[in-house]
Amino acid sequence: MGDHHHGPAKGLSRWLFTTNHKDIGTMYLWFSFSMFLLGGFFAMVIRAELFQPGMQLVEPAFFNQMTTLHGLIMVFGAIMPSFVGLANWMIPMMIGAPDMALPRLNNWSFWLLPPTFLLLASTLFMEGGAPQAGWTFYAPLSTTYAGPSVTYFIFCIHVLGLSSIMGSINIIATVMNMRAPGMTYMKMPLFVWTWLITAFLLVAVMPVLAGLVTMMLMDVHFGTSFFSAAGGGDPVLFQHIFWFFGHPEVYIIILPAFGVISQIIPAFSRKPLFGYDSMVYATASIAFLSFIVWAHHMYTVGMPLAGELFFMYATMLIAVPTGVKVFNWVSTMWRGSLSFETPMLFSIGFLILFTIGGFTGLMLSIAPADFQYHDSYFVVAHFHYVMVAGAVFSMTAAIYFWLPKWCGRMYNETMGKTHFWISFIGFNIAFFPQHFVGLAGMPRRIPDYALQFADFNMMSSIGAFIYGASQILFLYNVIATIRSGEPVSDEKVWDGAEGLEWTIPTPAPYHTFETPPLVK
Amino acid sequence: MGLKAKRLCKLALGPVLLLMSVIAMAAGDDNISAYNMPRGVTEVGHQIYNLHMIILWICVVIGVAVFAVMFYSIYYHRKSRGFKASTFHESTKVEIAWTVVPFLILIMMAIPATTTLVDIYNNDDAEMDIVVTGFQWKWKYEYLNEDGENVAFFSNLSTPQAEIDNIAPKGEFYLLEVDEPMVIPVDTKVRFLITANDVIHSWWVPSLAVKRDAIPGFINEVWTKATKEGVYRGQCAELCGKSHGYMPIVVNVVSKEEYKQWLVGKQQDAAQVKDLMAQSFSMDELMERGKGVYDVNCLACHGAKGEGGVGTAIAASAVATGDVGHHLDIGIKGVPGTAMQAFGAQLNDVDMAAVITYQRNAFGNNMGDTIQPIDVFNYKKG
Repeated sequence: MGDHHHGPAKGLSRWLFTTNHKDIGTMYLWFSFSMFLLGGFFAMVIRAELFQPGMQLVEPAFFNQMTTLHGLIMVFGAIMPSFVGLANWMIPMMIGAPDMALPRLNNWSFWLLPPTFLLLASTLFMEGGAPQAGWTFYAPLSTTYAGPSVTYFIFCIHVLGLSSIMGSINIIATVMNMRAPGMTYMKMPLFVWTWLITAFLLVAVMPVLAGLVTMMLMDVHFGTSFFSAAGGGDPVLFQHIFWFFGHPEVYIIILPAFGVISQIIPAFSRKPLFGYDSMVYATASIAFLSFIVWAHHMYTVGMPLAGELFFMYATMLIAVPTGVKVFNWVSTMWRGSLSFETPMLFSIGFLILFTIGGFTGLMLSIAPADFQYHDSYFVVAHFHYVMVAGAVFSMTAAIYFWLPKWCGRMYNETMGKTHFWISFIGFNIAFFPQHFVGLAGMPRRIPDYALQFADFNMMSSIGAFIYGASQILFLYNVIATIRSGEPVSDEKVWDGAEGLEWTIPTPAPYHTFETPPLVK
Repeated sequence: MGLKAKRLCKLALGPVLLLMSVIAMAAGDDNISAYNMPRGVTEVGHQIYNLHMIILWICVVIGVAVFAVMFYSIYYHRKSRGFKASTFHESTKVEIAWTVVPFLILIMMAIPATTTLVDIYNNDDAEMDIVVTGFQWKWKYEYLNEDGENVAFFSNLSTPQAEIDNIAPKGEFYLLEVDEPMVIPVDTKVRFLITANDVIHSWWVPSLAVKRDAIPGFINEVWTKATKEGVYRGQCAELCGKSHGYMPIVVNVVSKEEYKQWLVGKQQDAAQVKDLMAQSFSMDELMERGKGVYDVNCLACHGAKGEGGVGTAIAASAVATGDVGHHLDIGIKGVPGTAMQAFGAQLNDVDMAAVITYQRNAFGNNMGDTIQPIDVFNYKKG
């Protein structure tokens, strides 16, 4: 025990065998960033092909592999692991715990990821290519009509689910059992709250996804007909099960982002978060509603009218708790003493663009109008506003916010702000025009398009290249900070920041809160 | 900073707005818009369009209000101006208000949405039925006819491969043109019975405000009643494999009179094909017809010179230069587990005979044999 206490082991074994929440958090973050670059590279291939009408760079089948892998890698490889990494770093430090409750499990849930994504990416080089049925992989395109790589894909989904479930159990166990004395539930930082609720969502729906891919496996290899009408099955069953997982999944992605924003906006407004209690209740309501709205992704499959109405009303309701959150954030800024360091800029960017994404979400919830929006670029624009400007912007804000605490060095503020402005402008040039082409009738997931969509697509591609390039600046800034940033030693890196993580020394030592703090 | 932010926003949005206004001036037709949902030519379409615009404007108004408060705060409540932070952090009254008011707004939105949805789901009293079947990657339209034989045909993309490959200049309706469009009469309630043969497709014509998934093994009902003659274009909306982007939909809405003539013409064509099936053709006739069939059905995968691509090469292939029976078998039944479909149900016997003959005698294959419709007929019979 003795040596162990003073610092990390040396060399590769430190990373392979570590049970330290900070090391594991770091690995999660680097891994997810590398996946973000890979998924982003696939997006660049997509946008390059769509730069002009006609086929220039890739074959249609390869284009479908790119859209499929882009979606899978961004959802399962970039966004989800990045928030798990953040949870690893921050939850113990925020609740005054020495580490996660289940440190060995923690190591295992991380180390499952790299080989899995290696396997998934390797399908690109297999005969028949990578999966190409989209990240939603609807049957029977993904079963009867799929190439041999679908079996590897199913295996990957199983392992990713395993990793997510173990990670969530760990978070639930940590939050429930390891809070410092006096840290009641209603005193927990919002980031911890949102992650606790997210972890419950994950535990509830990942097994559903596992069940779904198992049924696919049976259909592909063992002669069952879950998703084939010819054998008495139903292709629509696939979609019901998928979206029963898939809708909570999008909240799994966005709820931790809400948590991050709820930490950062008060810090740079120098004013406590407005409506803490209602934030908690709103998060819980959103999580509950996420289980009863799944079929709004399938308005066009031919549900009965009663089903259509139920899912429409339930979906519209989500606007209420989401609205409460947006109003609370704006009220937190109201009469604050605002300053605009990079984390705050990204948070305000989040607030504006996520709200726009929320509005288009409300439009999409209206079933009759959705008959026109469904599977068009309008949907693509909508979910990139909530996934990129929502989840990714908040994640970026989080890195700038906590990086000085982690490594004891300050990032370059000018470079950070430049990164924000290039990202913000590039993002909007890339995705705002997609609303227009979608409404005008451009379906999603097509490698080539009619001439009336040409101008907006070219604009969209230019924006995407700008946004993509700005991430290189981010990477450079983070590496430069870690290696040679201006040292900071204040416990409170930001004067307005509140919470236990700002009471420990900067940089955060390898072991923190070995004796729990007392929370009043 | 707040001002700088706004100025930068304007800079970024400037080209977008400019382009929008240019396009708005160019587009006079209410069916085509480069940046908004078409109003469409059906009653339901107008309802959907109005719903879309109302909700869009409600969102814009709320958005402007919320962002105005935020930008006010960003500008006036800044640390750099020496603004001291307040400490308030809750207000039950305000919080109840902004839970209840949005709820009421949602109810206001839900009422017209519900009535529109009820209209869309009213499939009664259709004056005619068309079965729409999605295939990888084409549509089949079958007009149900109680008094005689159904009229059925496939509708394939007619944009030449050379335009897709950027060899030839692209036409006005690039990727939105077909060899045989669906034809329906104006002011008539047409019911579509939508299904699929292989994977899930989705039949979408924005101007008719119809989008419904085509699901293998199930039949979805949906209807339209176009009030204006014209040509309306759409595309498959559900990812259905490699050529998902290449299965457009074209619907000609014509006068009732014109529709009747068209239908009679179609029935005569069908009778003619039946006659042809009993005939024998010369090599030249088969080769000429075969090339046409090949270009529409085979070229995308097997190449303009039979050199292959997604599909295997036909030039000097073992199949096309081997046993005729095996060649027919593949053409009619396809190769399960690959992209090679069963064309037996898609091509009539004349076209099948012609295309098999063509494959065996083009691309330097020179087998010298002809396959007649009767051969195909007999082969299918077993």
